Amino acid sequence: MQALHLRDARFRYKGSTGWALDGVSLDVEKGEFVTILGANGSGKSTICLMSNGLVPHALPGDLEGTAEVFGLDVRNHPVAELATKVGIIFQEPESQLFCMSVEEEVAFGPENLAVPSDEIRERVDWALELVGMEGYNDRSPFSLSGGQKQRVAIAAALSMRPDMLVLDEPAYALDPVGRVELYRVLKELKEHHGMTVLLAECDSEEAAKYSDKVALMKDGRVISYGKPRDVLGNPERLRALGVTPPQVSEVSALLKERLEGADFSFISVDEAERAINEKFTNRKRGREQ
Amino acid sequence: MIPRVPMSADQDKIVSVHELKFVYDGNVQALAGINLDVRRGDYLAIVGGNGSGKTTLAKNLNGLLRPTSGSVTVNGVSTSEQTVAELAKVIGYAFQNPDHQLFCSSVAEEVRFGPLNLGYPEAEVAKKTELSIEAMGLSSVKDLPPFSLTLGERRRVSIASVMAMDPQVFILDEPTTGLDARETDELMDSIDRLNIDGHTVVLITHDMKLVAKHAKRVVVMSEGRIVLDSDPGGVFADLELLLHSKLVPPPVAQLAHRLSSLGVPREVLSPEELVFHLMAGRGARK
Repeated sequence: MQALHLRDARFRYKGSTGWALDGVSLDVEKGEFVTILGANGSGKSTICLMSNGLVPHALPGDLEGTAEVFGLDVRNHPVAELATKVGIIFQEPESQLFCMSVEEEVAFGPENLAVPSDEIRERVDWALELVGMEGYNDRSPFSLSGGQKQRVAIAAALSMRPDMLVLDEPAYALDPVGRVELYRVLKELKEHHGMTVLLAECDSEEAAKYSDKVALMKDGRVISYGKPRDVLGNPERLRALGVTPPQVSEVSALLKERLEGADFSFISVDEAERAINEKFTNRKRGREQ
Repeated sequence: MIPRVPMSADQDKIVSVHELKFVYDGNVQALAGINLDVRRGDYLAIVGGNGSGKTTLAKNLNGLLRPTSGSVTVNGVSTSEQTVAELAKVIGYAFQNPDHQLFCSSVAEEVRFGPLNLGYPEAEVAKKTELSIEAMGLSSVKDLPPFSLTLGERRRVSIASVMAMDPQVFILDEPTTGLDARETDELMDSIDRLNIDGHTVVLITHDMKLVAKHAKRVVVMSEGRIVLDSDPGGVFADLELLLHSKLVPPPVAQLAHRLSSLGVPREVLSPEELVFHLMAGRGARK
């Protein structure tokens, strides 16, 4: 059983003529970190919204094909049920924070499930610690930095004890350091807590660094799905899809063009450093001999 | 006493900020003493983390906010002696969220609104509207309501409506947030063209790849102060300062730092430059 299982899934929002999803097949295994990349309008957000049933329950429309979350057909299971399995985090943390204190914010979900208060307290502390926000219980969410707000939003999702976190462009309004903090938390959740993470992004820089798999979307379809190295190696192709390529992949492509016999295909700074040092230091040594 | 500056340098300055402090609600200090000259034709990026004071500084430049102490002069006259409407003729400001400034029923109406309010004659308004719509690539959607457009198009509408007022300076607050790669490239092409045509551009952003590719001068802000004012290469060469300012240099700049033993300078801004230096270093050793 997969965390997310889409097979030839099609979805058309009520009142719209075009299909937002037009035959998507995508499997996300439990415990995987998957990033969906694509231009605005390619269908990324619709997959995110479907993963906890907001599509088709809160945002109705025509749904065809297979769409299962942890084996549950999203058509037959309400958001309230799917929300105990899938926590969803949107672009702007402000749009989902509304309580007077960080603690109330994080306790809101389990309180609504009538979880006993002792356990709620436990869950709140656990969730805040996981996102590195312990001790912030009494602060107003609105006094926090963008990165901290987004981490509180994640803690609020975690307090429901979900098996999967779904994030739609979560770094949208964050400064670069806020971005780094956010991805560090997601990586920690995946590696040490077995969390399944599904992300939608326009920029592939973090996808290259953190994802097990990357899906490329175009016009409501997944056109490529695999390991970051296999999917993100061609900067020209990514640009044509409206996706920002990993910046060092452009270095890789340029070197391949100019150096005969070079077989570079790096997508991260670490790999690039190793590969270039090896290639260029060898050449130097070779000539000196 | 304000030091005397030679006349030519003075004429060159379009905005001059002196010891600017700004305090919100009597207790939150957002700007802690800013000194900055914006020169005619500058393509300036103001960068810094969330809450570093970028937007507060921008709003002090166009009179939406007035200094708590210190001064901002635009074309030699203090902003405290000018109305927002007067300043709008010189300094155009496009909000971070375009929906905060769009309210008309069609793109053309939206773009006309500014010059009409500034009291230009109808023929002039029509001309400015048409030119701005064309420059921002919006001709095909000019009769549509702004809210039916994509975010990238709405941002271009907000910039077109600033452009129609014919300002000398464009302040663009996080113009590419939420745009995908293609929309970003399209928008930045239009912004580059404004600068090439002689306009002064002030870009507020924390996208370091964007800064490396487009800006010619970078001001780094941290905790309400300017901590560095340099060309982009100089900024990315200073890793410590960037991190302290909640910024991370673009991956190519990070890579350049690690390849200095191969003759790659720290000021590298683009993949092309990095490869150029690698290949040149290789040639030199032949």
